[in-house]
Amino acid sequence: MAKVSRRKFIVRSLIGGAGVLVGATYLARNPLRRQLYDLLDDPSMLAYSGDTSQPFMWFEVTKANQVILHSPKVEMGQGTFTSMVQIACDELELDISQMQIVHATSATGNIDGLSTGGSTSVAGLWQPLRELSATLREMLKAEGAKKLSVAVDQVRASAGTIIGPMGSLSYGEVVEGVTEWEVPDAPPLKDLKDYKYIGKPVSRVDLVDKVMGTPMFGMDAQMPDMLYGSVVRPSKIGAKFKGADVSKAAGRPGVVKVVQEDDFVGVVATSMTEAENAKKAILAEWETDREWNTKDIEDMLLVGKGKAMVIQKEGDAEGELADENTSSVLRSEYKSPIGAHAQIEPNGAVAYVEADKATVMISTQVVGITRSEVAKRLGLEDAQVNIIPTYLGGGFGRRLHTPNAIQAAVLSKAVGKPVKCFFSRQEEFQNDTFRPPTHHVMKGKLDENGKIVAIEHQFSSGDVMFGSALLPPVVGTILGADGGAIRGGSFHYRNIPSFRAVSWRVQLPFSTSWWRSLGLLANTFAIESFMDELAELAGKDPIVFRLDHISDDVAGNRLKQVIKTASTKSGYQNTAVNNRAMGFACSTDAGTPCAHVAEVSLTDGTIRVHKVTCVMDPGFAVNPDQVKAQCEGSIIMGISASLFERMYVEKSELKPIIYGPYRMALMRDAPREIDVEIINGTGVPGAVGEPPLGPIAAAIANAAYRITGKRVRELPMSVV
Amino acid sequence: MKLSLNINNRPGTVDVDGDMPLLWVIRDVLDLKGTKFGCGKAACGACTILVDGDAVRSCSYPAKMAEGKQITTIEGLGTSESPHPVQQAWIEEIVPQCGYCQPGFMMATAALLNKHPNPSDDDIDQNIVNVCRCGTYYRMRKAIKKAAQIQAGSTIQS
Repeated sequence: MAKVSRRKFIVRSLIGGAGVLVGATYLARNPLRRQLYDLLDDPSMLAYSGDTSQPFMWFEVTKANQVILHSPKVEMGQGTFTSMVQIACDELELDISQMQIVHATSATGNIDGLSTGGSTSVAGLWQPLRELSATLREMLKAEGAKKLSVAVDQVRASAGTIIGPMGSLSYGEVVEGVTEWEVPDAPPLKDLKDYKYIGKPVSRVDLVDKVMGTPMFGMDAQMPDMLYGSVVRPSKIGAKFKGADVSKAAGRPGVVKVVQEDDFVGVVATSMTEAENAKKAILAEWETDREWNTKDIEDMLLVGKGKAMVIQKEGDAEGELADENTSSVLRSEYKSPIGAHAQIEPNGAVAYVEADKATVMISTQVVGITRSEVAKRLGLEDAQVNIIPTYLGGGFGRRLHTPNAIQAAVLSKAVGKPVKCFFSRQEEFQNDTFRPPTHHVMKGKLDENGKIVAIEHQFSSGDVMFGSALLPPVVGTILGADGGAIRGGSFHYRNIPSFRAVSWRVQLPFSTSWWRSLGLLANTFAIESFMDELAELAGKDPIVFRLDHISDDVAGNRLKQVIKTASTKSGYQNTAVNNRAMGFACSTDAGTPCAHVAEVSLTDGTIRVHKVTCVMDPGFAVNPDQVKAQCEGSIIMGISASLFERMYVEKSELKPIIYGPYRMALMRDAPREIDVEIINGTGVPGAVGEPPLGPIAAAIANAAYRITGKRVRELPMSVV
Repeated sequence: MKLSLNINNRPGTVDVDGDMPLLWVIRDVLDLKGTKFGCGKAACGACTILVDGDAVRSCSYPAKMAEGKQITTIEGLGTSESPHPVQQAWIEEIVPQCGYCQPGFMMATAALLNKHPNPSDDDIDQNIVNVCRCGTYYRMRKAIKKAAQIQAGSTIQS
């Protein structure tokens, strides 16, 4: 990985003189477009993409000898805060109790230019954060030596203290009164083996607060003299707001103001309940152009209906597989449904708009985009809007779109006071940015030795990346294929002479977008189920069959290692015993290979997952316990999506509108055993949070097939 | 209307609409933010509290019904210095990810242990029916069993 090309620390006195703020520029190597290409190819190589035009704050050293790390990434459960603290403490020579981490507000400038997402946070910050921390450590040593009146090579840093031959100073004492700092060249980083926290299963830094119920989420945010807002949201697909009769709402108890805009109507009241009740009295008028039902969506989505883009091509798969009627070509179709994010904390915000500035407290994965969108709506400059990110009650991609921030700000401006405004659960289910439904056509052909000659994956999906504020329209034109929908859609079996993957883009009439792992879950379901189908046709063991088709390059060898370890660790068996069987599947996502063995049983048509063995090579696990937690969570979220979850469209309404009818995995559905092994295959952290979602659906389907002899080709799975 | 409430062993009165869900009284009137809003229809369990020791989903429980009853929220369960056995177990197993649903699960678990001090897997499956989107159920099951052990140990000691 390239070294940082330039950096600069600046120092400001903290208000009240309690310490100093230490800022830095970190010059990212790549322009945005290059980054997006990297993202498609290998997000683990994605450079940190913060604002590079000016210095901004990373560290705050307090008089009480605490170092506060201002994080440009948000914490949504993925454990990034804990990993960042581990990384910074090791290079800064701090005890972990001496560091606090907070979300950087947008006013600090230290915000990510894109988002928190794509499993890139720790991977992207690995190099810059270590170098920034080491630089600050060297600055503290130099200044400490000066204050101790000794040469810099006479001091060392340890546990937040600069120790000299005759005396020592805490970091808090070193920074006191210093207005000019000497900034050294990039100091050497420690060896992996010398790290005290990096690579160790350190407990989560937010653990106790989360267990004690400490207010920390967007839903918990408040401001003095705050009122409560509620916005009317449509229940139907394609509904355009035309206006509203608000006469019955205005006089309701607690109502402060009914706010009508060109694009929405809302109400502000003195309590959440009053606002919700008053909203029910607003008669909003919506215009829709036609009626939609699930069948319409499914018909639009068939492979061949949308716009095609070849995303992978080797040899002549098209020619080899052209004649579908010959018995040598196997063809199967797979489907996945519309999925809801269903994160438990609804979307919303607390906003306070004053004459020349606005403040918004919000759960967001896109701090910078939220800021720009609010500024634009209010007619303010970006610098006049301060976004204060809170902990997220789940992200999963749902908070990459934040029109809720605009709505709260507009309501606040209308009443001149802070306003808290959140979605209801029904609004969440009907105004989600859904995981798009997909349709897949797999084709493959074997030679006389049972090896694959040619294979093809054609898949159709609603948009993921396209249409997102994260992607400038111009880049969409350059890229051609939707970088989100195609995740997991290519083959990692590069020993096959001819392979081809084709992505079909379909623009659906409702919003589809980023859902944890993007296309990976559905694409892997199709490819890895089909690999088992081909293995059976070839009369081969599914694992041996896969290994035969993986190349001997670096990526291939990491993948093989993961597969072999999973096979051994699970005691993989290829046959059903007593209505119980194992299924295997693997995927490579964002450079991280992962394999699952699912052990399932079938009772009265119900699939139950008893155990999942998971082996993943994320390159290097900064926190092995939290990497395991991400695997466990991905497996359970994947089981939920594979066995239960499905949104449908009825008379233009997306349904269900509540948990329960939108069936999700509960405690009783989670495997009693999840056995995770992490392999540190490269020594450099890569993607973690999404790759383990990939293989789960196919692993379950492959296991179920062993019991029933019937191939499940549609999610959520039904074997009745 | 004026309601006399006893929340976390602190008696007091609030002046609210008696039909207001107890959740909003707890969160917005009494400013105890640990009890979460998830769905408003008693379907997810994020708002679970204890009413006379039983798990209740406070988003669908009118405030007036709480009069004369012992209400416990996550803030009344334990503190970081003196955590409840359930909280202790949650910390030892490092259960939370995003953490939003966790107070509801811990309250439901506290209620479960009141009824079943040594719950079986079936007891857990039947009684712990909240929703966690991060998928922490695997660690949660371990934590529930550990909490039962901690609670049994502390009972014997006292």
